[in-house]
Amino acid sequence: MSDMSDDNDYYSDEDMFDGTQDEDESGDEMELDNFGDDFKVPAKDKKKSYEVDYDSLSQQAVEKLMARDINHICSILGVEVDTASLLLRDQKWNKEKLIEKYMDNPTKVSVDAGATLPETGPPPPAPLRNSTSSSSQSSNRRTTRGSKMLGLGPKTKSPTSSPTISHHVPQSLKRASSKKAEDFFVCQICFNDAPNLQTLALDCDHAFCTECWGDYIVSKIKEESEHSIRCMAEGCALVAPDHFIRDTLLPAPGAPVGDVERESQNIAAWTRFQELIVRHFVGCNRNLKFCPYPSCTNTVSCPSAASKASLASTVPIVSCGARGIGPQDQEISKSQQLGFGLQGKEHRFCFGCPIESDHRPVICAVSKMWLKKCADDSETANWIKSNTKECPICQSTIEKNGGCNHMTCKKCKNEFCWVCMGPWSEHGTAWYSCNRFDEKAGVDARDAQSKSRASLERYLHYYNRWANHEQSAKLSVDLYAKTEKKMEDMQITSALTWIEVQFMKKAVEEVEKCRTTLKWTYSMAYYLAKGNEKELFEDNQRDLEKAVEDLSELLESPIEPDTIPTLRQSVTNKTVYVQKRNEIVLEDTANGFLEGRWKWNVAVDGFDDPEETVL
Amino acid sequence: MSLPKRIIKETERLVADPAPGISAVPHEDNLRYFDVTIDGPDGSPFEKGKFKLELFLTEEYPMAPPKVRFLTKIYHPNIDKLGRICLDILKDKWSPALQIRTVLLSVQALLSAPNPDDPLATDVAKHYKENEKDAQRVSQEWTQKYAK
Repeated sequence: MSDMSDDNDYYSDEDMFDGTQDEDESGDEMELDNFGDDFKVPAKDKKKSYEVDYDSLSQQAVEKLMARDINHICSILGVEVDTASLLLRDQKWNKEKLIEKYMDNPTKVSVDAGATLPETGPPPPAPLRNSTSSSSQSSNRRTTRGSKMLGLGPKTKSPTSSPTISHHVPQSLKRASSKKAEDFFVCQICFNDAPNLQTLALDCDHAFCTECWGDYIVSKIKEESEHSIRCMAEGCALVAPDHFIRDTLLPAPGAPVGDVERESQNIAAWTRFQELIVRHFVGCNRNLKFCPYPSCTNTVSCPSAASKASLASTVPIVSCGARGIGPQDQEISKSQQLGFGLQGKEHRFCFGCPIESDHRPVICAVSKMWLKKCADDSETANWIKSNTKECPICQSTIEKNGGCNHMTCKKCKNEFCWVCMGPWSEHGTAWYSCNRFDEKAGVDARDAQSKSRASLERYLHYYNRWANHEQSAKLSVDLYAKTEKKMEDMQITSALTWIEVQFMKKAVEEVEKCRTTLKWTYSMAYYLAKGNEKELFEDNQRDLEKAVEDLSELLESPIEPDTIPTLRQSVTNKTVYVQKRNEIVLEDTANGFLEGRWKWNVAVDGFDDPEETVL
Repeated sequence: MSLPKRIIKETERLVADPAPGISAVPHEDNLRYFDVTIDGPDGSPFEKGKFKLELFLTEEYPMAPPKVRFLTKIYHPNIDKLGRICLDILKDKWSPALQIRTVLLSVQALLSAPNPDDPLATDVAKHYKENEKDAQRVSQEWTQKYAK
């Protein structure tokens, strides 16, 4: 990473408060313009085993990557920029595939991408107007550079009367060649036949009025999120090159101000169009992933987690570097900001799966499995299965919570035996025991029931702890607010300055981070196969949990002015300790994946199937 | 909102020079809403049928396709029981250069050439694929029964 700072200690975030910045932030100024200090990614000198190498890229930076690919293609295939862009987009930005295919059959590749007209096809039908003399050349060209904007003079005047209709008119435009008959033009979309109608056409010479082109492009971009915008003529497969779209959407410099609403809509569409291309590029590249946070336009590059196999040994948690929701945090009200944490939450997400938060230390496949299990109603059904029976007559679900085996259904008043489920009347005088049940079957049934109950209890053990930590992490929002209040109090009651009381905030942040780790350790432990490895894992888990709970308690404790120095001392100490424990858990788990130490009790992608004995 | 020139012109042409076997008349109170009648093409199981459709031009027209729906019951693999039509130009292959006339001609062509490989009414499509003769017989029956 380029913008790394040397913060390996506990006060690593401090420079965020005193406003100092790292020296080497020259990397990409655009990023800093947008995000200022927030565009810092927690950095470490040495990569820990539970961390992955990744780069955070702004939209501009991704555009640079795209431009590099496009220029590469330009130089190899000898085509122009816009053509190269269309070819690459059509081939899903796969340069090698494009070059190979292009060498094989340049015409086909180019035509398929909508960059050129089919050479042997019938001449394009020119609607109500002959094409200009340049058309025969342009249809043979391999580029779409020559999109034309034709301004047609008034019908009655000489065709050369308005030579400078707009800046779009290329020099090469041969106005002199147009004949009288061509001047009568009706746009086939809006049927506008006004004189002076400005028209545009791609290389296919299907001319339509500028306004229709604008509406069409805007609707394609806005409604269909389409970056490949084809000619409006029916059956014409030519795709509009980027400069054509830009020229159509953006007002000419110095042009008279037209419809303001329309212009701002067009400009928004152009911005969106560029974003769509970036998204397409990112979507086609396995090394890149778009930040999933709302209205964030950053991209993360993480080549080491691009392959599916790598996800069996690494948990690629990355951060795009931005914080909060939306490009401007100021727009968010104070109370909302508290909701996202004091500065707005870091955009942290997993590169390998759709989980939009940190799920270390568990690998993607297992966390996905766990979330699915928690979301499924199957566990509810499991509980019902182990705790209830159905009335043999009306099928109502009954939970037996005490008493004898003589059941009377509340709903249908049916009397039956809980053990054999037969009618109670047949039991005669054997009031408190049922001996009618086949002995073998009875044992089997009880076995099945207790087995199911045991597995349920096991699941609930892990689930409750998992949910508890999730809940506590959510409650940390309140803790943040309380802590802030406490920090203010401390400044009043003691000689500590604002910067010095940051230890409280740091401690809260650390608690929240560790709770996330703890949460996921429970899903990991649920799926880990029994054995020494699991025991060691659970030892580490226990140590971390204890440390976190201690620190949590300390943070909740009331503040007395005379104890503040001791409190500060012990909170700082505990925070460092908690951080250490968290590192140990993450580090050990990550190393375990690299060494292939972990064995699961279920089948997991990329691992050997579990042995029979651990099931 | 005033009616765009495009819609006025198209309507004029539709009335002045109707396509053979197709009529489209706009409602007096809503000029974007058309009552359409398409004659079943000769040589198809829909021959001699008169099929009623409705056609609506949305606010976005011609940037977005018109909404077209069969009102007459029809046994056709690409038209479901609500009258919705599975036709590419009414969806992703729409081009603003297409018009009401071309859309209706395409619908008419769809009656001549059902495409059971891209079905909307799956049961009808299955019938067409497994026993085309029998399916056509049903289409004919429905035409005689409903499309008078």
